[in-house]
Amino acid sequence: MAVTTQQKNLHLLWRAGFGPAAGDIASIASSSPHAHWETLVKASAKQPAYIDVADNELKSMLMGDSEMMYAQRRQQLSADQRRQFQMRSREGIKTLNLTWMNQMISSDQQLREKMSLFWHGHFASRANNIFYQQQLLDTVRNNALGNFGDLLKAVSKSASMINFLNNNQNRKGHPNENFAREVMELFTLGRGNYTENDIKESARAFTGWGANIKGEFQFRPQQHDDGEKTFLGKTGHFNGDDILDIILEQKQTARYISQKIYRYFVNEQPDAEKTEWLANRFYQSHYSINGLVNDIFTSDWFYDPKNIGARIKSPVELIVGIRRMLPMEIKNEDSQLLLQRLLGQILFYPPNVAGWPGGKNWIDSSTLMMRMRIPQLMYAGDVFQMKPKDDDDQMMGMKDRSEADDNNALPRNSRKGKGYGNRPGQQILATINWNAWLPAFEKVSREDLLTAVAGIVLQTNTAVNAGTVQKYTDAASRESFIKTATIQLMSTPEYQLC
Amino acid sequence: MVIKRKEFIQIGSLATASLFLPKFLKAFESPYRVPPGNKVLVVLQLSGGNDGLNTVIPVHNDIYYKGRPKLGIQKDQAVLLTDEVGLNPALAAFGDLYHDGNLAIMNSVGYPNPDRSHFRSMDIWHSASNSNEYVYSGWLGRYLDAQCSGCDKPTQALEVDDVLSLALKGEHNNGIAMKDPRRLYTTSHAAYFKDVLAQHNDHAEAPVDYLYKTMAETLSSADYIFEQSKLHPSSGQYPTTGLGQSLKTISSLILSDINTKVYYVSLGSFDTHVNQEAQQKRLFTEMNDAVKSFVADLKSNNRFEDVMLMTFSEFGRRVNQNASGGTDHGTANNMFFVSGGLKEKGLLNPMSDLNDLQDGDLKHKVDFKDVYATVLKNWLGADDAAILGKKYNHLSFI
Repeated sequence: MAVTTQQKNLHLLWRAGFGPAAGDIASIASSSPHAHWETLVKASAKQPAYIDVADNELKSMLMGDSEMMYAQRRQQLSADQRRQFQMRSREGIKTLNLTWMNQMISSDQQLREKMSLFWHGHFASRANNIFYQQQLLDTVRNNALGNFGDLLKAVSKSASMINFLNNNQNRKGHPNENFAREVMELFTLGRGNYTENDIKESARAFTGWGANIKGEFQFRPQQHDDGEKTFLGKTGHFNGDDILDIILEQKQTARYISQKIYRYFVNEQPDAEKTEWLANRFYQSHYSINGLVNDIFTSDWFYDPKNIGARIKSPVELIVGIRRMLPMEIKNEDSQLLLQRLLGQILFYPPNVAGWPGGKNWIDSSTLMMRMRIPQLMYAGDVFQMKPKDDDDQMMGMKDRSEADDNNALPRNSRKGKGYGNRPGQQILATINWNAWLPAFEKVSREDLLTAVAGIVLQTNTAVNAGTVQKYTDAASRESFIKTATIQLMSTPEYQLC
Repeated sequence: MVIKRKEFIQIGSLATASLFLPKFLKAFESPYRVPPGNKVLVVLQLSGGNDGLNTVIPVHNDIYYKGRPKLGIQKDQAVLLTDEVGLNPALAAFGDLYHDGNLAIMNSVGYPNPDRSHFRSMDIWHSASNSNEYVYSGWLGRYLDAQCSGCDKPTQALEVDDVLSLALKGEHNNGIAMKDPRRLYTTSHAAYFKDVLAQHNDHAEAPVDYLYKTMAETLSSADYIFEQSKLHPSSGQYPTTGLGQSLKTISSLILSDINTKVYYVSLGSFDTHVNQEAQQKRLFTEMNDAVKSFVADLKSNNRFEDVMLMTFSEFGRRVNQNASGGTDHGTANNMFFVSGGLKEKGLLNPMSDLNDLQDGDLKHKVDFKDVYATVLKNWLGADDAAILGKKYNHLSFI
């Protein structure tokens, strides 16, 4: 089956971004995929602004003038005050979550944000400190399309990763191998491409790498093991930077990253020939991420029918995708945190350092039925009864207290605190701005409307049965027909794919 | 009556399912039934890290009382099992189970290099992996893979919840999560979803097919579970608590002819950093009363020998209390096994040695994967080595 220009463009916008915005529809059938690609690249060229959501109170709690002052203050903090800080930090991370998600929805830097989401899962950290998370996100967004070596080094020296992987406890004579192991297994080489001895030796090289409370990288020479190490066949008085350089010298690193990016952006089923070609060029370019994604999105094979509509959207991609197509005001924005939790992808809380497994792992009976109800919940504001699992890492033993707060609260809609939805009986209070969507179909005849809407909403070749959808649409007017058909088409298994 | 019920199941599952089941799945459709006498496992997860030392209390241990001047439970308060060991005062029914020979307690269960993050440690328990491995399927999900190869609805493992736990996610099949059978039935039976499924073309490509297969299984399971839940609604008296109602739902299904072998339910949060006594007491009271009703119900229906309820938590807590009337995240913990069909009863192994701690934490003596292997092999009759990816030791309590 021949792939139309419109299908190619939609494919590109879904994979290199979060799907078409309502405003993209006008040019979706006419301009070439290459033109769309150039627009994406150009829009993502400038460096992104730092996302800073921490309020002054949080800042003053943490960011003293010097580490020594902080240390003094820290000693004076009671356990309760410390817990207070952690609770507020978690609240801050929720705001960071929603703020970043809004960037994915509205920013024209689609390529950068999409790559950032990929790296956010690749360099997965569950650090519970708002400042560390902000900083790591900034590192990822700034380097998302830059040089992989720079990104790797910046992440490795981030307070978030150093704390999450216990490198603050990695000292001469008392090594903690956690960081050394994960940097090779998950960030660069992949399992089976190094030995246990390589882990031991490189852990020694990373001794003394720490971060202070302000989140700045600290090299602590007195904790560093300066002795000779043998790592991946080389011997020397290596430090942490030397180790990362040796890892980058391995072609396997280019191969591992290329394969992962191919599986994320092109097809879950790896293609050895294509990933080897990509890896060669990635390695020769000294790890230019820009170059790598350019190779992918300008290739002919990217547009092969087997790659189109073959990817299961992640929960964040699903929600962001709906909101790009159908611009909307959501009064209770935190309802999106509940959706993330119910569907299994909470930004800044990956399941572990290996990130979200993706693909079929997103789907089970509960998540699939929930996913298919979301468009209707946004459209009609129905109350739904889904209670996510507790997250004890986030509640820190305060479950009873937060539920009591909830119960005392004024009507649900006027509650102020953001929640991941610990109580059943929830609503998404959304108002869809249909005026952004309806004009796209102005010139389409009545009998072609359903095909036209489906052609933009769905990426799969097998269309949903027209008769079924017709049966559940409101045909009273053209407008109501387009609205209900859009919602119904989004409430299908096909819409889970892009 | 039995014959009548069987007929109903066949009609129920075949007739209603065939209305909307895609052709490619119908081939697998058959009325699965569990012969009576088959074993059922109920896993009760104590989320948040239950304090094992205030659950099974070493009532003669000075180190225990010294480390817990405020939180330590005195011997005269505890539900005594032996002269040395007592249960938390809120667990009186478990004391009765112990004395009736229907409770077994395994102490010092854990794993090497324990992780203190709730999420990560729970992940390790759910996936039955080592603490330096990342596995995205659960031990009961992989059990389900073995039971449900080519079957049309994965009802051999059910979770009473809105969201499915990793424990019940397999590599090829996922268990079903449902808070109550009627709600699952009504939400999945929205007319539109049924019609979308009915009109689906069998020859779609792989990823679409996978989604339709999941959808078909969900709708078919929803039907099946709902019909089964109405066959023999439990007449037992249960508390109106969350766990009470969940165990009532489970009992109704156990008493039906459903093919479910594993039920999963959670209680929490046991994350008692602050004001532990009241919180643990409240949760244990809920657990005590619900399990008491459940056992009475099973006994009166002669099913107690076939059903085993097993508790676990992602970690125990530190030996010493903290400054806020609570305890912080620890390591090894105890597990309960409640059944009328235990081979060994009571305290299965010695209490944790408080003289032999690692940085103030209990050392584990039993790997939880040995417990899983035992349950899979001896209780569920499954190939534990295939499911756990390795041969673990088999214990002898069942």
